[in-house]
Amino acid sequence: MQNRVISKKDLAGFVDDLIKTKAAGEVIGIKAQGNKFNFGPLAGAAELRLDYDISLLPPKKYFFPQTETVLKYEVGANPKVEPVVAEKPLCIIGMHPFDIRGILLFDAVYGGKEPDPNYFLKRNKAIIIGVDCLAPNPKAFAASMGTNVTDEGFDLMLTDLGSDYFVTVGTNNGNTLINKAKTKEATAADLKKRDQVRKDAEKNYKVSLKLKKEEIPALLDATWESQIFKDKSESCLSCGSCVMVCPTCVCFDVQDEMALSLKGGERYRRWDGCMLTEFASVASGENFREHKEQRFRHRMYRKGKYLVERYKYIGCVGCGRCAIACLAEIASPAETYNLLKEAK
Amino acid sequence: MVMQITAKQSIHLPRMAELIRVEELSDREKVFEFKFDDGKELGQKPGQFVEVSIFGVGEAPISVTSSPTHKGSFELAVRATGGVTAKLHTLDKGAKVGIRGPFGNGFPLDTLKGKDILFVAGGIGLFPLRSLINYVMDKRSDFGEVNTLFGCRSPQERLFIGQLADWDKSKDMCFLETVDRVPDDYWKGNVGVITTLFPKISFDPQKTYAIVVGPPIMYRFVIAECFKKGLADDHIIMSLERRMKCGVGKCGHCQINGLYCCQEGPVFTYAQVKSLKEAV
Repeated sequence: MQNRVISKKDLAGFVDDLIKTKAAGEVIGIKAQGNKFNFGPLAGAAELRLDYDISLLPPKKYFFPQTETVLKYEVGANPKVEPVVAEKPLCIIGMHPFDIRGILLFDAVYGGKEPDPNYFLKRNKAIIIGVDCLAPNPKAFAASMGTNVTDEGFDLMLTDLGSDYFVTVGTNNGNTLINKAKTKEATAADLKKRDQVRKDAEKNYKVSLKLKKEEIPALLDATWESQIFKDKSESCLSCGSCVMVCPTCVCFDVQDEMALSLKGGERYRRWDGCMLTEFASVASGENFREHKEQRFRHRMYRKGKYLVERYKYIGCVGCGRCAIACLAEIASPAETYNLLKEAK
Repeated sequence: MVMQITAKQSIHLPRMAELIRVEELSDREKVFEFKFDDGKELGQKPGQFVEVSIFGVGEAPISVTSSPTHKGSFELAVRATGGVTAKLHTLDKGAKVGIRGPFGNGFPLDTLKGKDILFVAGGIGLFPLRSLINYVMDKRSDFGEVNTLFGCRSPQERLFIGQLADWDKSKDMCFLETVDRVPDDYWKGNVGVITTLFPKISFDPQKTYAIVVGPPIMYRFVIAECFKKGLADDHIIMSLERRMKCGVGKCGHCQINGLYCCQEGPVFTYAQVKSLKEAV
C-alpha cells in the first residue's frame, strides 16, 4: 500500500465517479447546512466541504442511527418475532480524525463478548475516507486529547496540501479504490509536507487542557467531592444536548411501538444519555442520579475515566460539539478538567 | 472490529417462553412459572436476571426467583410497578412472552460452598434471594449453618408464605421474620425493622457470609448490624438494583461509576460497594 498525492481536481473526479458507479456504496459526504455543516448523501463532488470545522451531528449516526428498529413482531396467542437490521454499503467522505477515534470507541463498546449486529453489519460495509482537520471550531481541543490525528480507523485519509491532497492509505479496500483515481505516488517530501501541515494545524486549537490527558483519571480520582461539579451544574437544563451531539456517547433506550392494526409492531432503540433526568431511574421510582450535580459529574467521569479504564480508548475526543450545543455553556469537559486541575 | 456476524445474533432477540403457572403472592406480587418453547433450560445461576418481553409493551429486567436445581421451568416473582410488569400481571396460563438472558454474575457459589450463610431479605428482596436459598436447601450438605432473616412492612406483604412456614419448621435452617408495623392484631410474630432480628441470632463471623437483598434504605442499617457481628467487608454480599435495559453492557443505563450492573453485577461484595459512589 503506497500513499498517494491527488490534485483537488482529480479528487473531485474521483468522488463524482464514486457517486456515479456506487463502487463503494452510497456516497455520504460533509456538506454545508445553512452556515453550518453536516453529513448527508452527496449529489456531486461540488457539494463536498472538506474545509469544514465541525459537523452538527457526528458521523456515528450511520452505524448507530438516532432511532433504529431492532425487532419486528406479531402479537396474539402465538407471537412471532424476528430481528431487523437495516444495512447498506456506504462510503463516508470527510470524517475528521477525532470522529474516527469516536468510531473506534464504538467498535470496542459494540464488540466484546456480545457483539451487536445492528452496529457491525453497517460498520463493516462502510468505506471511511477521512480528512485532517486544519481549521477546528473554537471550542475544540482535540490536539490536547491526542485525537487531532489518527493512524487507524480509516480506509483513506486526506490531508490538504494546498493544490493537492496527500492520501494516506489505511486499508486494502482504500488502496483498491484510490488506484482507480488519477494520482501520483507520494514522495518523502510529500510525507514531510503532510506531517508539517498536521503539526501547524495543532496551533489552530483555541482550547487546550492544562494537564496531560493521561492524568485525567487520577485527577478525577481525587476530586469527587469538588464543589466545581455543583457550581457548574447549577445552570444545567438537563436537556441532553451535550450527549446527543457527542461522538463517544454510546447509550440507548429501547421502546416498543404497536402498529395501527394492533396486530404487531416494532421494537426500536434510540439515542439516550446520562444527562437526561430519568436515565438512572428504576421502576420503583428510585433515581440513582436524581440531582443534576450527580449527572454532570457522572458524564465528566465517564468521558475522562470510566471509558478509558474499560475500553482503553479515551471517552472524550475533544471535538467541541457539546460546548457548542450547550445553552448553559457548561458542557466542555476540557473546561471542567482544567478547573479541577487549578483548584487542586 | 467484529467481522463475522449475522442479524440472527441480535442482542435484542428473545427466546419464546410459555407461562405455565401463575400464583398470587400478595395484592401487588405474583409468581410466574415459564418454560421455553424449545424445551431448553434457562441455565441460570442463583442471583442472575432475565429481560422479559411483552411485545407491544416492552422489556423489563426481572430476577429469577427459582433455583437452577429446579429443572424444566423457571420462576419470576414480579411486583406490578411499571408498564411491562403491570401487563405481565394480566397474563394467564398459556400466554407467550419473550425471554433474554440469563444476565449478570449471580451469587458467588464457589465462595459460599462449605461456608455458613446468613440470608437477609427485605420485602421483595426475597425474590432474587429465594433462588439462592432454594439452591442451598437443595444442596444442603454443601453448606454449613444457615440463618435466614426476612422482614417486610406488614403481614399483608409477606411473600411465599407457604415456603416461609416450611423454613420456619425446617431443621436445616434457623428462620426468623418480622414486620415493620401491624395494622391489626392477629399477627403474633415479631414487630420491628429487620435489624431487630440480629440480636436473636449468633454465628461465627469467620465462617459466615451474609447475603443481603432489599431496598436501598435497608442496606445501610443491615450492613452496620453485620459489622457489629464481626463480619468482614468481603463477607457481606449484596445484590443491587438498576435499570438494566440491554443486559449486555451497551445501553449504559445500569452503570454504577465505571461498572455495569448487568456485567460485573448485580451481585457485589460490600468490599466492592464501599469504594463505589452512588451505589446504594
